[in-house]
Amino acid sequence: MTDDDKVLDDAVFKALADPTRRFLLDLLFARDGRTLTELESELEMSRFGVMKHLRVLEEADLVVTRKSGREKFHYINPIPIRLIHDRWIDKYTERRASALADLKRQLEQEQ
Amino acid sequence: MTNATKTETTQIYSVYIKADAKKVWDAITQREWTEKYGYGGYADYSKGTGRFETHPSQDMIDAGKANGYEIPDVIIEGEILAYDPPTKLALTWHMLMDPETAKESFTKLTYEIKEVPGGVKLTVTHDLEGAPVLAAVTSGSQEELGAGGGWAWILSDLKSLIETGEALSPR
Repeated sequence: MTDDDKVLDDAVFKALADPTRRFLLDLLFARDGRTLTELESELEMSRFGVMKHLRVLEEADLVVTRKSGREKFHYINPIPIRLIHDRWIDKYTERRASALADLKRQLEQEQ
Repeated sequence: MTNATKTETTQIYSVYIKADAKKVWDAITQREWTEKYGYGGYADYSKGTGRFETHPSQDMIDAGKANGYEIPDVIIEGEILAYDPPTKLALTWHMLMDPETAKESFTKLTYEIKEVPGGVKLTVTHDLEGAPVLAAVTSGSQEELGAGGGWAWILSDLKSLIETGEALSPR
């Protein structure tokens, strides 16, 4: 793991530490490729506030943008989280971890 | 949600790799690299234009046999749209490995390599219109069903191989 990776890791955890930014990622996970206007309509926040959060997500490489004409579309990039995952969870633990995650989901649905 | 927008069919992945552009380009295009990470397999893009075919590696053929099915000789087919070493490779891309994905449309795949301080940023853009089954595989949502972890898995593996000399799933 290189120094640059450590810098990016810090940026990822910092970006994920904020509930608004996690909400923006949830929105993009549900439907990818949204414009600023679309994202803004889901939040009680000024356009500048949303732009600022999106910039933090972009700097952490959690959001990638693509321009098409005058529109800018935002996409969720799962790789930084995948890299963190791959670092600490190996193939065998993963199966156990995902079985536990399934159990948690099931139990919570039953409530 | 009130505003009905079309379903987004493009997936974009980006990863920083501590290497020069040439090395990352080789890792995407040269057999001695492509067989070592992700799903493996190899294609010849060297003509820079026209049709390409991706062939399975021996590991893949053996794994198929062990599980009682035959891996086709061509697992991905497509056309080379742009071949600009070491910055851009654009392809049409049709996955034949699985009968369900074979029925779907050709998709469009672009690799872009950009130099950044300390290394490169590799961006993979996959336009998956008309290929929902393939989109589920490339997004990694079929990983637990044994379909591999899609682009996030491939690129994480690629980064590990280039930077450490070893893939996450050594073969």
